[in-house]
Amino acid sequence: MSAADERRIGEIEITEDLTLPKLLVRQCTTFGEQRVAMREKEYGIWRPVTWAQYLQYVKEITLGFVELGLEPGDKVIMIGDNRPEALWSEMAAMCAGGIGVWLFQDCLMDEVQYIVDHSDAKFYVAEGQEEVDKALAIRDRCPKLKKIIWDDPKGMRHYEDPMLISLDEVMRIGRERIQKEPDLFDNLVNRGQGKDICLLFYTSGTTSLPKGALLTHYNMLTMGRNLMRVDPCKPSDDFVSYLPFAWIGEQMMSISCGLQIGYTINFPEEPETAQHNVREIGPHVMFAPPRLYEQYTRSVQVKHLDATWLKRVLYRLGMKIGYHTADLKFAKEPIPIHWKILRWFAELFLFSKIRDHLGLSRVRHAYTGGAAMGPDHFRFFHAIGVNLKQIYGQTEIAGISVVHRDDDIKFDTVGKPIPETEVKIGENDEILSKSPSVFVGYYKMPEETAKTLKDGWLHSGDTGFIDEDGHLVVFDRSKDIMILSDGRKFSPQFLEARLKFSPYVKDALVVGDKRPYVTSIICIDYNTVGKWAEDHGINYTSYTELSQIPQVYDLVESQITEVNRGLPDVAKIRKFANLYKEFDADDDELTRTRKIRRAFVENRYKDIIDFMYADKDMLHMDTSITYEDGRVAKIKADIRLQDVKDGGRK
Amino acid sequence: MSQVILEAKGIFLSFHGVAALTNVSFEVRKGEIFSIIGPNGAGKTCMMNCINGLYHPQRGNLFFNGTEITGLTPHRRAALGLSRTFQKIELFSGMTVLDNIRLGRHLHLRSGILGSAIYWGKTSREEIEARKFIEEEIIDLLEIEAVRNEVTGMLPYGMQKRIELARALAVQPEVILLDEPLAGLNLEEVEDMARFIVDINEDERWKVTCVLVEHDMGVVMDLSDRVMVLNFGVKIADGTPSEIQENPEVIKAYLGEVEDLYVSRR
Repeated sequence: MSAADERRIGEIEITEDLTLPKLLVRQCTTFGEQRVAMREKEYGIWRPVTWAQYLQYVKEITLGFVELGLEPGDKVIMIGDNRPEALWSEMAAMCAGGIGVWLFQDCLMDEVQYIVDHSDAKFYVAEGQEEVDKALAIRDRCPKLKKIIWDDPKGMRHYEDPMLISLDEVMRIGRERIQKEPDLFDNLVNRGQGKDICLLFYTSGTTSLPKGALLTHYNMLTMGRNLMRVDPCKPSDDFVSYLPFAWIGEQMMSISCGLQIGYTINFPEEPETAQHNVREIGPHVMFAPPRLYEQYTRSVQVKHLDATWLKRVLYRLGMKIGYHTADLKFAKEPIPIHWKILRWFAELFLFSKIRDHLGLSRVRHAYTGGAAMGPDHFRFFHAIGVNLKQIYGQTEIAGISVVHRDDDIKFDTVGKPIPETEVKIGENDEILSKSPSVFVGYYKMPEETAKTLKDGWLHSGDTGFIDEDGHLVVFDRSKDIMILSDGRKFSPQFLEARLKFSPYVKDALVVGDKRPYVTSIICIDYNTVGKWAEDHGINYTSYTELSQIPQVYDLVESQITEVNRGLPDVAKIRKFANLYKEFDADDDELTRTRKIRRAFVENRYKDIIDFMYADKDMLHMDTSITYEDGRVAKIKADIRLQDVKDGGRK
Repeated sequence: MSQVILEAKGIFLSFHGVAALTNVSFEVRKGEIFSIIGPNGAGKTCMMNCINGLYHPQRGNLFFNGTEITGLTPHRRAALGLSRTFQKIELFSGMTVLDNIRLGRHLHLRSGILGSAIYWGKTSREEIEARKFIEEEIIDLLEIEAVRNEVTGMLPYGMQKRIELARALAVQPEVILLDEPLAGLNLEEVEDMARFIVDINEDERWKVTCVLVEHDMGVVMDLSDRVMVLNFGVKIADGTPSEIQENPEVIKAYLGEVEDLYVSRR
């Protein structure tokens, strides 16, 4: 199907000189006072911001920035929770001709310093005291930084540094400038061109130093349009923004799609209340990494165990019906009428309730991307009637390039390319893609750019193939494939994803490349295993202690046995160890988007892995953990290693 | 700073001949954090209970803002602007967090039964005002958004301590009595709670005078403007933290435990 065929009525035309700020002005003028651009829950009440107010705030901040010395091309760092002020600042930076750079809120000092310095940022927009402290600590090493702006006054009483300025003050300065030069804002916005850079996006990188991808207005706009050609959104839709803005997926939903179609963006009260707030809003669209969906399944599985006898029976029956009909749907077979009736009952008594509790009752399209997700999770969501689809893409292509179509979902693939996007398989099975959304290069890294961008084709570094239905199948990072003892290639991610379907397993690392058998390091889920232990009268005081209790080992072993079932003998997990801590981004074990840094983790726990192949059953560990404020603590622990006895029934 | 807000003169308290407090006099100045320390059984909590009106001293007088309050019942003292938290949590564990806090605010509501039943005019305005105060001033300050609708008894201990503070603040007090607010908290919770105490003491919107009973010497010495030391019901010293740390009598009273206490959590 060609792009023109898929074009829809009401879609905006993306010309060469269209920029995000121009679109903002246009949308704000169209929607005006009548419609709500965003909501934030504050002091227990959802408070709306209309499009007219949105434009006014962005105007004030833009001119405030300009008055403080922001020049076109200057970088503005942003760090903090998702909140309206964050989006206003980002749009304001773009309106002034600047470039937005997002930092993950939980970035350690070194990462903050690296990005602030590498990006040559001039302004640093912080949320509150915590982020301001980070900036103050690194500013001596980042001489290009000129101003630190904050918007939450809590704890800021005694901060009287000339570099600091509150966002309110910036807006006041902006208002004065508007009085003096009423046309300035429009002039600034009109100057922009589609090919101008709007965002400098640092990729978390599972392997190396963060690289800054330069994205243009045109990249962002075309990506949003092409995604919505597949899955149209409506201006009346709601979206909840609570995943980090420093993740391209959130930018794509809030800016690329949100601004284009004009749906309402909702911001939760606090990160801890996000789950409640999602339920209150009931979004129509959502995009989240697999981890979030994994957490959803875990919570449903755990909570149903606590339910009354009748509810448990209903759950088991209902899920059987759900799984059966979902499997028929995946196989593209017609659902017989009696199954349809059964499904209707299950929907009435079970699925609608589960969806409501998860905040998914109105969701039309739920996307997952960024990492591999296990087939079990996929089946689960389709069984309860959530249209969960895989997305594939990278920051370098402004978010996504491949997605499942509604009636064509295969959970081992990531779907088909979106319009205007070509995907092909290059040398060494590498996935290459080409589209108007492909980035212009890495900031100050010409060699990296040359490696990634050849003749307009984006070289992803991922391997995969295109199957008989035209779906893209992504293996993994090329180096992450393991070769089993019989020479067969196998994906450790696949096993890990299966393991993580168990509510008791939060994370897993599977090892087996060129080894006699497959082993795994398991991070138990503190909440569910903790609850399990309490129910079984097992005492513990900490994660470390809980993880090493023999009964917990047996529990984990039973979960692994479950996964082993149905695997070829050589791929079965034969031995495992429970780790004394969870994998953590602060220890560099995960990226900020919570993907496992395989090589790093394997190296870090080399001792454990070696012991698993050395026929020992106890290992004494002496290691350190890093806290978010940079403190390092020593940990001493004895780690048990356990065989998986029954290698899994067939 | 110099205006005296709370004054105790020659307080004597005994239980069946056992003297709990002997001739204790002190002044708390407006806007300060005043700590009462002393070894176990020194009479710290007894002193708090006397100020708050749970105990009535046999002799001595208490003055709040220049008015004598010695004979008043606790709820009358609360109405004057004197509120407290307890060493052992005294919340209504079956009620939600929000209801517990609202209870603290109840004192300030003027509507009668009839008005509340109809919920019209003045009553609804008053309720909205109370809600606004609780949400904007207390829940936001103490960061308890995520638990506001939870049943209090189900919350972790550290969070319950925070809810107690929230309820005490809902009274909108001039003086708050904090009885071991840090006891039983982990390191992170201690840091949070210490920050909240500083916040309510310094923030322009609150400016609450704090009377603190606490065993964590690190925090006491960091936060307090002045410290009073009790030993076996007798006041042995008062002064700034540095004066107290050098006072030979205090060192003597604490000898043995002081070494451990001073290095606590540092």
